[in-house]
Amino acid sequence: MEDHILAVNNIEVVYNHVVLVLKGMSLKVPRGAVVALLGSNGAGKTTTLKAISGFLPLENGEITDGGVDFDGQPLKGLAPHQIVRAGVFQVLEGRRVFEDLTVEENLACGAYTRRDKGGVASDLDKCFAYFPPLKKRLKNLAGYLSGGEQQMLAISRALLARPKLMLLDEPSLGLAPLLVEEIFGIIGQINRQEGTTILLVEQNAQMALSVSSYGYIMENGRVVMDGPVERLLADQDVQEFYLGLGSGGGRKSYHEVKHYKRRKRWLS
Amino acid sequence: MDILPQLIVSGLATGGVYALIALGFVLIYKATHIINFATGEFMMIGAYFCYTFMALAGVPVLPAFLLVMVCAAILGFMVERVILRHMLGQPVISIIMVTIGLSSILMGLAEIIWTSQFKNLPPMFPRAPLNLGVAVVRSNLAYGFIISMAAVGAFALIFKYAKAGVAMRATAGDQMAAFSMGINVKSMFSLAWALGGIAAALGGVIIGAIGGISPTLGAVGLKIFPVVILGGLDSIGGAVLGGLIIGVLENLAGGYLDPFFGGGVKEVAPFVFMVLVLLLKPYGLFGKEEIERL
Repeated sequence: MEDHILAVNNIEVVYNHVVLVLKGMSLKVPRGAVVALLGSNGAGKTTTLKAISGFLPLENGEITDGGVDFDGQPLKGLAPHQIVRAGVFQVLEGRRVFEDLTVEENLACGAYTRRDKGGVASDLDKCFAYFPPLKKRLKNLAGYLSGGEQQMLAISRALLARPKLMLLDEPSLGLAPLLVEEIFGIIGQINRQEGTTILLVEQNAQMALSVSSYGYIMENGRVVMDGPVERLLADQDVQEFYLGLGSGGGRKSYHEVKHYKRRKRWLS
Repeated sequence: MDILPQLIVSGLATGGVYALIALGFVLIYKATHIINFATGEFMMIGAYFCYTFMALAGVPVLPAFLLVMVCAAILGFMVERVILRHMLGQPVISIIMVTIGLSSILMGLAEIIWTSQFKNLPPMFPRAPLNLGVAVVRSNLAYGFIISMAAVGAFALIFKYAKAGVAMRATAGDQMAAFSMGINVKSMFSLAWALGGIAAALGGVIIGAIGGISPTLGAVGLKIFPVVILGGLDSIGGAVLGGLIIGVLENLAGGYLDPFFGGGVKEVAPFVFMVLVLLLKPYGLFGKEEIERL
């Protein structure tokens, strides 16, 4: 049997006691892997991450069925800060740096749960190796960084927490294409060099699949398709709906008048 | 003799104490966004703690101060844990009403425990007034000022450099993100209330040492509103400057205008000034401006 660090087992999530957002969502993350969770707006990707990291109660949400196991232990009933201590660190959507703290203080917050000063110092050097621009801006307020630098800071905070599992929520959001490529390159490096397992939520399917080994596709609160990345990339539906490729495999041309639209072959 | 230097110096000394009490308010507001209308009563209870330890139990000055700080921290902690924790997520107006109610309860408790009689704190500082050449300051006021500034400095250092201080500021900035760092946001609230309680209680002891104590001592706490509105609700530096400015202002107004109006100007001046500030600079002189990235 494969060694899974995270197993989300058939969870159902309800907001405000009425709104059913996840309807039997399951996924597994093998230890040491990068797994992508794809889907359109409102599919429930972020809710899945929040169910894992314990944020749901803060937003009046609740897991009403199923459960989340991390490293063989159920996470049920743990508060968000306890889940961080257990080794799951979520990089929130939209970066969420502490704007009126300096870069240095932001980084210190990332290492908040750690006791080993020496380890933190060497991890800090690693952060500067991955993200050189941060080093020059240590004393600056994080609010004045550019979007790219803020994303670097957000990922560095996660690195400094030295998690076993990193949850990345849309690291490409609002960044220029070149920067997105750079950030994803570094995400791949972090996985290989630090051995951090990563669960990646993305709208940018192309980018996400380029660093992942396995992918899940969500729609309407459940997984509609999953498989190794090679199989997803070869799938006609994925190509059409998530990668923007035409049926011939080349780039889709919007000049050609289309008389019919390919229907998805899965039920959602 | 020219009274101007005298008015300014003693104004600064009083202002230092205001700054400390305002800090008690600011610490709580900054971390939890709760406007604590019971700050004045925290102050009054702190003065009574000191009275109990020094006058009734005969504890010497320094240990008494430490005991007051410990008790005030416990009081602040309990108030947050028992009452305000349950108000999380409620409308601002409800929370304000709770703190106003709390101030009445604390005042009532003080009357029950210590009676409503006016009491004097035992003398705790050397008697000789401080002669600065241009002005002479009463010893209570001078030592009060020194203690206040030392306390404010200590709090500022904690907030700036201590791990818990940085975590508190992070919590103030973005609670969800603070949670995601593994910061226990709720214990940060407790810590803020404990620190706020200490600051207010120390201020209360000093005010009590200067003018005596009674359950209505908390009314002095109202003066922190001109101070924090001038300085910005969430700025430590603002609280200090605001405190000093208000202290000097009320002394000057009292010294120069009282003869014409037959008294009372000193009490009113800070509030007149507060209204003016609100009209001209609604965020206060040093209030935080949101960083907008364009």
